[in-house]
Amino acid sequence: MTNNQTSEPDILYKIRNLVVEYHTRGVVVTAVDHVDLDIQRGEVLGLVGESGCGKSTLGKALMRMIEPPGVIAGGKLWFDGTELLSLPEKEMREWRGSKISMIFQDPMTSLNPVQRVDEHIIETIKVHEPETKKSAALERAQSLFERLGIQKRRLNDYPHQLSGGMRQRTMVSLGLSLNADLIIADEATTSLDVIVEAKLVDQLEEIRKEFWVTILLITHNIALVAQIADRIAVMYAGKIVEIGLVNDVFLDPLHPYTQGLLQSVPNIKFDEREELFKMPGEPPSLSNPPPGCRFHPRCPRVMPICSQVEPQLLEISPDRLVDCWLYQDLPEGYESTTEVEK
Amino acid sequence: MSEKPEVSVPENLVEVNNLKKWFQIQSGMLDGVLSREAVYVRAVDGVSFNIRRGEVFGLAGESGSGKTTIGRLVIRLEEPTEGDVIFDGIDLATVKSGEMRKMRRRMQVIFQDPMASLNPRMTIGEAITHGLKIHFPGDSENHRDTAHNMMEKVGLTPPNFFYDKYPHQISGGQRQRVVIARALVTLPDLVLADEPIAMADVSVRALLLDLMVRLKNELNLTYLFITHDLATAKYICDRIGILYLGKMVEIGALRDVYTHPLHPYTQALMTAVPVPDPRERRTQAMPAGEIPNPINPPSGCRFHPRCPIAQEICSNEEPELRELEPGHSAACHFAEDFL
Repeated sequence: MTNNQTSEPDILYKIRNLVVEYHTRGVVVTAVDHVDLDIQRGEVLGLVGESGCGKSTLGKALMRMIEPPGVIAGGKLWFDGTELLSLPEKEMREWRGSKISMIFQDPMTSLNPVQRVDEHIIETIKVHEPETKKSAALERAQSLFERLGIQKRRLNDYPHQLSGGMRQRTMVSLGLSLNADLIIADEATTSLDVIVEAKLVDQLEEIRKEFWVTILLITHNIALVAQIADRIAVMYAGKIVEIGLVNDVFLDPLHPYTQGLLQSVPNIKFDEREELFKMPGEPPSLSNPPPGCRFHPRCPRVMPICSQVEPQLLEISPDRLVDCWLYQDLPEGYESTTEVEK
Repeated sequence: MSEKPEVSVPENLVEVNNLKKWFQIQSGMLDGVLSREAVYVRAVDGVSFNIRRGEVFGLAGESGSGKTTIGRLVIRLEEPTEGDVIFDGIDLATVKSGEMRKMRRRMQVIFQDPMASLNPRMTIGEAITHGLKIHFPGDSENHRDTAHNMMEKVGLTPPNFFYDKYPHQISGGQRQRVVIARALVTLPDLVLADEPIAMADVSVRALLLDLMVRLKNELNLTYLFITHDLATAKYICDRIGILYLGKMVEIGALRDVYTHPLHPYTQALMTAVPVPDPRERRTQAMPAGEIPNPINPPSGCRFHPRCPIAQEICSNEEPELRELEPGHSAACHFAEDFL
C-alpha cells in the first residue's frame, strides 16, 4: 500500500450505487449494476474481469463518457469531493483530461492521424490552460517524452510513425501534461508485445511515484494486476464480487468466482500446480442474468439461497469486501448447507 | 475413413527446411520511373524445424516474428520464396494443385476468431459438414451422423439442439467448439491452431485446452500451435520454437526452454511474462528498444541492438542455430554461457 497511515484512507474517487444500462431493441442490459467502489489516492487499483463483465463500461462511466444507447441510470460519482453526475456537460469537459485521463487499448483511435504529436499535446494543454504559452507547453511535452524514454524529436512525428509502445506512452504523457490526478488505463497494454508491455508497466509504476498519480488499471490480464496493483477489484456480470489488497486476494481468494478465476490463470513458472482449473460454464448474458447471485449456476459451493436472493458486497475484514452468501448471515429460513456438487 | 500408412512411418510428420517467405512491398508507378529496387519484408527468413507425429509443437513470438506466416506456409496456404515443407514424406512443392486439394483433408486449421471464421449465414451443421461434402462427396447420407459424432466429442450436446442454429445464436465458447469440430471432422493428421484460444476468456480457456488435448490423443492428431502467449503454451506444447524477426532463435522441449532458456531474447521474454503472484514481482529491467523493422533487419544477430550481452561479433556474424544439449538448440554466439 502506498498509504501507510493507519487512519482513514484518502479516497480520491468514491463511486456509489452506480448503474449503467444499455437500451437496445426493447432490451435493457445492465452492464454496471449498483457498483460501490473507492479509489484511494496514489494507489494502483486493478479492475479485472472477463469480456462483457462491464469493467470497460464502468471505466467510461467514471469519465461520464457513456454514449447512447448507454445511459448512467443511477448513482453518485464523488471525485475529490465533487459529484460529477450533477455537473453540466460543459464543466465536465474541463474535468476530462485535466483531472481524469483515459488510455484505451488502441491509441490510434485516440490520437489524430493527421496531427503531429506535439501539436496534439500543445493543443490539449492550451484547451485546459489558455494562459500557458505555446513554448512552455512544448517544453512540458518534451520533458515528458524524455521522461518516458522517447526521443523528443519524435514529437514531430505523426501517430502512424510511432510504434505501438510509443503511442501508448504518448497517451500517458497527454494525461501527465495536464497533471491529471487519475489515469484510467483500459486494456492499455493489451495489444502490446510482452516485452513492450512490461516496459510500459515499469513506467506506469515510476510515474505513479514521481507524479503521485492514481491509476485504475482495467484489464483481463490478472497476472499483470499481481505485478503492479496495490488492490484488486474482481467484476463478474456487472457486479463487483470481491475487493482487497493484492496480496490478500491472490493468496487467499474468498469469492468462489475469484478462487476459480485465479486457479485458471496460466503461470509461466513451473510449480506444484501444473493443471489449470476448468471452470464449468461461461459468463452469463447481461440481458438475462441468472437470479440471485449471478455466479450461482457455475459455483461449486452453491447453496439454496444463492439462486433466490442476491448477496451484498460487504466488508468482512479490513480492506476486504466480498459479495457472497458464504461470508454473510443468511436471512431466516435459509440454511448454509452447500448443495451436492454437480 | 482415413487410410493411415501401416509400415515404417517416419517419426516426423512435418519437416521444414530453410523456409523463407519474402513479401514484396507494393511498388508504385513512381518507383518504376525512378527505377528503385523492389523492397522486401523478410517475414520468414530461413527457418528449419520438425514436427513429430503426435506432438504439440508450439511456435511462439511477438508480432512480426513470422509465426503466422510459417503456419500458412506449412499447410501451403502460401508458397514459400525458398525452402521445403515435407509433409508425411511428401515434398509439398511437388504436389499438383488438384492433389493438394486432396491433401487438404489431412491438414486443417483452427483460427483465432471463431466469429470471423464461421459464415454467419451457414448453420452449425452446414459449417461442420462442409468439409465432408468436399472430401467425401460419395458418402453424403452419413454426413449428418459423422457431424453429430464430432459435435458430441467437442461437447456440443445434444447435437440436434445445435445442428440448425446459426453462429450468432450460440455462445462464444460454443462457437470455439464448432470451429474445432469443423477442423477435426475430416480426421486430419495435422492441425494448425493459430492462436486458437486467444479470444476465449480465462475461465473457459482451460476447458478448451483440455478438449484439444483429449481430441489429439483420441484422434491421433499432431498440432502446430501458434501463439504469442507463452504462459498458455506451457499447458499444451510438448516442444516449442521461439521466433524473432523471421528467425528461429531457440527450439527445444518446452520444459528445457522455459526453465533454462539459452538465448538472451528467450530469457527476456520469459522474464517479461507477468506471473500471477504478487510475491514474485519482476525486478529485472527489460531490454531496450522495440522489435526492429523487418524490411531492414539488423546485421548479424537480429537481436544484437537490444541484447544485454552483445559483443562485436554479434553485429557482424549471424549465429547459427546449434544444438547445445540433446534436443535443445539456440542461435546465439554465447549460448554456452547459459548451459
